[in-house]
Amino acid sequence: MSDRSGAARDESQQIEVTSDQDVVRVRQLVRTVAVAVKLSLVDQTKLVTAASELARNTLVYGGGGTVEVGRVQNGRRSGIQIVFTDQGPGIADIDLALTDGYTTGGGLGLGLSGARRLVDEFDIETAVGRGTSITVTKWCR
Amino acid sequence: MDRVPVLKIGDILLVSIQIDMEDHVALQLQEDLADQIVATGCHGVIIDISALDIVDSFVGRTLATIASISRVLDAETVVVGMRPAVAITLVELGLSLPGIRTALSVELGMALLARNRDDHVPSGTETDDQADIPAVPAQ
Repeated sequence: MSDRSGAARDESQQIEVTSDQDVVRVRQLVRTVAVAVKLSLVDQTKLVTAASELARNTLVYGGGGTVEVGRVQNGRRSGIQIVFTDQGPGIADIDLALTDGYTTGGGLGLGLSGARRLVDEFDIETAVGRGTSITVTKWCR
Repeated sequence: MDRVPVLKIGDILLVSIQIDMEDHVALQLQEDLADQIVATGCHGVIIDISALDIVDSFVGRTLATIASISRVLDAETVVVGMRPAVAITLVELGLSLPGIRTALSVELGMALLARNRDDHVPSGTETDDQADIPAVPAQ
């Protein structure tokens, strides 16, 4: 299996996100895979933090969904790819949603914009009334 | 249910977060601390996050809220023990925790609180003055 960037994907693990507890499970799984892929400590921390933000968004804004964590390979580089999918209301204005400080949920408005800064690749697909799918990738340096 | 213990040491409430907190556990801690500050009359709160391998925006916001609530209740909060990778990530995330005092260890945090307390209350006269201010009559 390969995605648009041409990276080959290994088998992945999936977590259903329906509660706070599942957000913690996502953090732990991402941490485990990040260690296995040998990301540096700072990159592990950045990726786990980004995953925590996005998994919480899946829960709070998307009404729950799934998180898929897998290893990816692109030539000699290895990395981690995480896909967050929900069937929630979708995002009407992506640019606005990605603006620092913008929130519809009473938070700080840093989840989406901050998570994007913490990863190497960030891809978002959304349709109003259909849901949102966000794919992030972090590569080993 | 998981709960973060709040310990009283002299005039300080000490909280050491040792678990990967679910969001509701963080909110519970916020309530427990507010209750404990009022119940004990402590003037300082130290939150040790040295065991946390990440601080995301939710936990960051909770820490900031705890600091604000403490201030309103006449207690000062110091967050101690943040790991370097966590600091780097927090700043990149866009959270620089304005309004939160930090120290590198519990010991330094306690020293900071003691120093600030000495600066703010140089003598016993300050509280006596307050008593002379006439109360605002109720409407």
